[in-house]
Amino acid sequence: MPKITYIEHTGREHQAEVPLDLSVMRGAVDNNIPGIDADCGGECACATCHVYVDDAWLATTGTPVPGSQEASMLSFAALAQPNSRLSCQIKVTEALDGLIVRLPEGQH
Amino acid sequence: MSPPLDDAVHSAANNISLDAIDVSDPQIYQDDTWYPYFARLRREDPVHYVRDSRYGSYWAVTKYKDIMQVEVNHQVYSSASELGGIQIEEQPKGMDRPSFIRMDPPKHDEQRKVVSPVVAPANLANMEGLIRERTIRVLDDLPRGETFDWVDRVSIELTTMMLATLFDYPWDDRRQLTYWSDVAICNVNSPESPVHSEEERFAEMTKMAQALGALLNERAQMPPKFDLLSMLAHGEATREMPIREFMGTLSLLIVGGNDTTRNSMTGGLFALSQHPGEYQKLRDDPSLIPGMVSEIIRYVTPVIHMRRTAKEDSELGGKKIKQGDKVVIWYVSGNRDPEAIDDPDNFIIDRARPRQHLSFGFGIHRCVGNRLAELQLRILWEELLLRFPVIEVMGPPRRVYSNFIHGIRSLPVRIPA
Repeated sequence: MPKITYIEHTGREHQAEVPLDLSVMRGAVDNNIPGIDADCGGECACATCHVYVDDAWLATTGTPVPGSQEASMLSFAALAQPNSRLSCQIKVTEALDGLIVRLPEGQH
Repeated sequence: MSPPLDDAVHSAANNISLDAIDVSDPQIYQDDTWYPYFARLRREDPVHYVRDSRYGSYWAVTKYKDIMQVEVNHQVYSSASELGGIQIEEQPKGMDRPSFIRMDPPKHDEQRKVVSPVVAPANLANMEGLIRERTIRVLDDLPRGETFDWVDRVSIELTTMMLATLFDYPWDDRRQLTYWSDVAICNVNSPESPVHSEEERFAEMTKMAQALGALLNERAQMPPKFDLLSMLAHGEATREMPIREFMGTLSLLIVGGNDTTRNSMTGGLFALSQHPGEYQKLRDDPSLIPGMVSEIIRYVTPVIHMRRTAKEDSELGGKKIKQGDKVVIWYVSGNRDPEAIDDPDNFIIDRARPRQHLSFGFGIHRCVGNRLAELQLRILWEELLLRFPVIEVMGPPRRVYSNFIHGIRSLPVRIPA
């Protein structure tokens, strides 16, 4: 199973093995990793699973399609950056084995 | 509260013909008898067409997943004021008051982004100390050994203070903001409302716009600061608003900034008083407060519904929705949907996934102030537990006549001497 590293805003690291085809959000929630709230449960409807994708991984995860629901929700999130994604919209694949994401100060 | 509902209400809801069920009657919210009607609709006709209500025909969307589908498809299900806005009862033409909650992108997005920094994480962290200090003062001043109104002394007082801070409004006049909030959102057909016609409401809203407009003009002359009036005055997308849009925007920020949290502050205490086992669980373990806050917001569901208007034909829950149809999503019902939430009629302060509820809405119109609301409720309960092991509810809540705001007008309580 691909291994994903989640780094909290405080710097605390968590690693989780996440089954293929689940989302990066689900990997955090199922492993009780704090800092991802996922209020809407993965519907791309709330922006509380916001993560910053490590620059080295950005080409693999991609960035939100302009005009998409994800881009729209992220545009309302506090603290969004160019490497922001909603982790419910990143599907885990073999290519993402080793992915590193950082969590924002708060999920708003 | 739900389980001990009158048998008569249950049998009325179950024996009425399905076609006759109309959940827009404000009386069922004032009487707190809405539960069995929605339970039946979720079971038998989850996307329910009401042909003839006092507000015309509309679709009642009652299940969590269908509500979510409407929320995320704002291209199809519009909030635009010109099409009727966000309430089942429309504002009269010529007196309608647009604001970003009653707009679609792109204008919605531009205006929302002007004000959202006021509740960004850094600003919330700055406000926490102030909120706690005020909460302590309000609680320490409460009478002991005598019955008083929790709504007036605690819920309105705390949320009005918050509102005065968010607007940087003259402190001693702050209850004026509460008055305007009630004017903006009340049902004019209720004898308890502060205004009794749409004309009267519009006249009071005009006075509000004049008073706050004067403050806004002052702020426009000063360097930008972190209050809502200053932000509106300096925001590219908001600095030159037509008068009715200014009225609408103020109403949105004032109502959103206090009424909903006010009712959660009251509804939470009432829910705990009705569930003594949960209250004891809380006293035994105050670390349950954050999850309880989410549960309170779900259980209370401060906004009863939102309305959208279909901009094109679509399908929802197997029903064909036609362009122009009024689509009403009932948060009170989605939050009690057993397919989405386990044991939804029970108030459970340590339930799994308490944050998954519809009370803040989802999609682009999700409540801007949701984290501030949670912060205020968390601090209130932290400070209450430190002071008062027992708060007795002395009588039933008096509820508001409205199908939009799930309000509690008064709740008599007593703190033992």
